[in-house]
Order: sequence, then C-alpha cells, then structure tokens
Amino acid sequence: MPNPFSILTETEDDFAVIKLDGAVDAHTAPQFEEAVQNVIDEGQNNIIVDCEKLTYISSAGLGVFMGFVEEVRDADGDIKICGLSEKVKQPFEILGFESLFHFCPDVESAKDKFSEPTNWEEAY
Amino acid sequence: METFERKFALQVPSSTENLALIREFVASAAKQAGFAEKEIGKIELAVDEACANVIEHAYGNDANKEVIVRAKLDEREFSIDIEDTGIGFNPATVDQEELEQLINKRKTGGLGMRLMKTLMDEVRYDIEPGKKNALHMSKRLNKG
Repeated sequence: MPNPFSILTETEDDFAVIKLDGAVDAHTAPQFEEAVQNVIDEGQNNIIVDCEKLTYISSAGLGVFMGFVEEVRDADGDIKICGLSEKVKQPFEILGFESLFHFCPDVESAKDKFSEPTNWEEAY
Repeated sequence: METFERKFALQVPSSTENLALIREFVASAAKQAGFAEKEIGKIELAVDEACANVIEHAYGNDANKEVIVRAKLDEREFSIDIEDTGIGFNPATVDQEELEQLINKRKTGGLGMRLMKTLMDEVRYDIEPGKKNALHMSKRLNKG
C-alpha cells in the first residue's frame, strides 16, 4: 500500500523530539501512540512532535495528542507541535487545537516555548 | 439540455491499511470534479473519517468484509456514498463533546463526525438496523 510512514524519536536531556514522516491515519496512528507512550515511559514529559514531514493527519492522529496531553501536563510537561504545513494544519484548526496546544514553526522555537510558563488550566 | 454525470467506485477489503488507497481514489475523483487543492484535501479527510468508522466500528476490523465507496459527479455537486452491512449506530446519540472535555477525559476519539460535518456541505446517515448503514456526503461544485 502507498502509505509509507516512519517515526524517528530523538531524546535529549530536557526534551524528546518525535518526528513524523508520512501520513498519520487510523492505520498508522497506533505507531505514533506507541512512540509517545515510550517517551513518557522513559520519564520524558517535555515532548515536541515535529510535523515538518507530516503529509496528512486524520482524527485518529489528532486523538494521540488529545489522549496524552493531560498526562504530561500533570507531570509539568507538555506536548508542543511544530513544523505543520498549511494543508496539514487544517484539521487542527477546524477542531480548535490552537487554543489548547502550542504550535511552533520549528523544533528550536518549540524548545524555547518550554521555558515560557503556561497555565493550561485557564484554557480549559 | 443534456445532463452530465460521472460515477466512480472503489471496493477494498475492510482494513485500515486501505485508507491510503481510499484517499487516493477520492482525491483523484475530486480533482476531476475541478476542486482546488484545499477542497480536495477536505473531501479526502471526510471520506477517510467515514471509512475508518466503517472499518473499525461497523466491521470491527474484519478484513473479510468490504468497504465500497461510490463517488458521483454531476453539474451541481460531488457526492460520496459509503454503505456497509455492519453494526449500525444512531447518529443522533453520538456525543458531540467539546475538545476541552475530550482532553480532560483523555479520550482519543470522538472528533470524526464533527470533522465530516465541517468539511462537507451535506452529511446524511440512513441506518436500517440489521440491514444496512448508508452515509451520503456531498460538496457543491460552485463553492470552489
């Protein structure tokens, strides 16, 4: 099937960067979920999801962000989303993710965003 | 006046593995309808959401079942029909919770139908319990 998809996880002292390459749909979302779970299991709650090479995302992929973000915020971490193209950003915008997640242009700016205090409780 | 109508159909085993093929099929049909890239993306996503629901919920990931997607193009609109004989549901009872509530409850689903309704001009279910479940979606051509 023409659905090449890969995930690369890079872990640094203060962050884990999960790079998505290809399409995240109901078929590939479990791999994304597993990658996030692995990072959290290793004790890293500052997670950056790099979407620069993400070509498509459906609600199955968006559900991964939804399912984990409370857990990492409870542990004083966060999930930052970066590198989204205009096309791929569409479902995030339709569903209102922008008021509940930080969107950054690239990995470096996402790292900087972790030093800014955010009270997500006020957003809910 | 002569009426214009073109029909497309795709039949694939009910497996999420085939969602990419379904998207490709729908994108190609929508392109022939003359939609702009952004609109094609919306149609692709709506059909993906609908088929993922059929594969996972109606057929419980049983790859022995088949998903049939029919697309129709006429002068007025581009429409999609997806029919299955799996487990039906009452669309009126599907919770339309806000994103904040879903996140609070750590839910990973519940957004597919909202996306479909936002992306398409019309989304209509016709559920006949124990017989068939039909979903009709359409997008008007003059919307660009």
